[in-house]
Amino acid sequence: MADNKEKPGTPSPGRRNFLRDSTLITALSLTPGAVLKAASEKADERFAELFEKIPLRLTVNGQAHALSVEPRVTLLDLLREQLKLTGTKKGCDHGQCGACTVHVDGERVNSCLSLAVMNEGKEVTTIEGLAREGELHPMQAAFIKHDGFQCGYCTPGQIMSAIACIREGHARTRDEIREYMSGNICRCGAYPHIVDAIEEVQKTGGKI
Amino acid sequence: MINFQYLRAGSTEKALALLAKDKNASFIAGGTNLVDLMKKGVSSPDKLIDINKLPLKDISLEEGHIHIGALASNAAVADHALIREKLPLLSMALNKGASAQLRNMATVGGNLMQRTRCGYFYDITMPCNKRKPGSGCGALEGYNRMHAIFGHSENCIAVHPSDMCVALAALDAVVVIGQPNGERRIALSEFHRLPGKTPQLDNNLKANEIILGVEVPLNTYGRHVQYLKVRDRSSYAFALVSVAAALELDGNRIREVRLALGGVAHKPWRLTATEAFLRGREFDPALIREAANRSVAEARAFKHNKFKITLAAESIVQALSEASQQS
Repeated sequence: MADNKEKPGTPSPGRRNFLRDSTLITALSLTPGAVLKAASEKADERFAELFEKIPLRLTVNGQAHALSVEPRVTLLDLLREQLKLTGTKKGCDHGQCGACTVHVDGERVNSCLSLAVMNEGKEVTTIEGLAREGELHPMQAAFIKHDGFQCGYCTPGQIMSAIACIREGHARTRDEIREYMSGNICRCGAYPHIVDAIEEVQKTGGKI
Repeated sequence: MINFQYLRAGSTEKALALLAKDKNASFIAGGTNLVDLMKKGVSSPDKLIDINKLPLKDISLEEGHIHIGALASNAAVADHALIREKLPLLSMALNKGASAQLRNMATVGGNLMQRTRCGYFYDITMPCNKRKPGSGCGALEGYNRMHAIFGHSENCIAVHPSDMCVALAALDAVVVIGQPNGERRIALSEFHRLPGKTPQLDNNLKANEIILGVEVPLNTYGRHVQYLKVRDRSSYAFALVSVAAALELDGNRIREVRLALGGVAHKPWRLTATEAFLRGREFDPALIREAANRSVAEARAFKHNKFKITLAAESIVQALSEASQQS
């Protein structure tokens, strides 16, 4: 989907950097009020955007990042668009489907409803961070074994949620698994197999 | 989403000072409702003040009550040993709200402040007196299956979506509010407003105030509580009707009772008249049926939500019966 290559006719990196830097200097010389006014009137969106980006440090799958983001960027969009970690899916984008589920400081959250800047200093784990040295995470392996998906779009969110569900101690019965997995919608209807996979991993009792 | 200025507050005083500087500023904590509203264009603050660093996450046993900080997450409250032991009704209600992911993010203060899920409020192409005062109410003559049967006005028939608040209303909770020069307390049942002529106002929090926490008095209901939530699917859906019921029984006699409904009004709908009717009487099915019928006598439904009147009455019967049998 994303094409990182320069398209013909776009400014060269040198020109782009010059424009960016010179615009930033202009921006810094103005008062914030004037900048905000320009932004609200959309007089110069690029100008406003550069000024309003704020620094953000966070760790994703064990790797530290020092980033610069607009406040309105969600954690989901940051992961997918800036860090190119497209395993985390955008489903509804309104916290209703669970496809965007990731772990922040060990807790499962909907990354679509979390502003990236609110995660300063936190540790994020995505589906890409589960496998170790080429070995699938036990939950990933169990989803494959039990055929816990059909189209696979909800699967990264299901797996992140499933791991948290066990860690929270909310996977003691099939009913409890169903209740605590209700924030992850699967339109293919793989639910019985998803519950099978979680139940098996839970019963093996290993550290996940 | 329209861009905004993002600030972090390190103390309550700083948060209130930042809020006072800008009329169109808003606090953000969990963000599960506000970010959604901003994506939809329903809400577009110029400035977001992140209050997550404020020291308001504590859950503690105090003299005669339990204090719950405004920034405690819904999951942290629901799973806290003290809450499970002393306030099981609150734990039940929280666990029936939203999803595990959202409960990890959403805070107690945010839950109090959450806005209606009325489809006409969320759709900016539709009239809505709550979103745009004077524009009319799309739900009144529209698709109003999810809407209020109590306390509505011709200006707004939306319902408050919280489960937590219904349990807190039944448990006589008090909201602790921070102001630039001190604190004030207000009963949770007085915190949210009925729509009347000003449906844009969900609650009585003033523009220069912040929620610091809630205090829930210790009670004598023990395990005789039930939070019954009836919805379109068995989990992860807003209530059509919910009932928070708490009983203190002396043998078969009802010494004390609390009842509140959710999904039926612009605020948690506490049934004080029904409580008075039941207090001191012997618990029996005929009495409970009579109490349920009295509870919905004043209900007024619309084209698509007439079923809620029967559903509310039946749910009251079930919740009270189940509460009496819990041990």
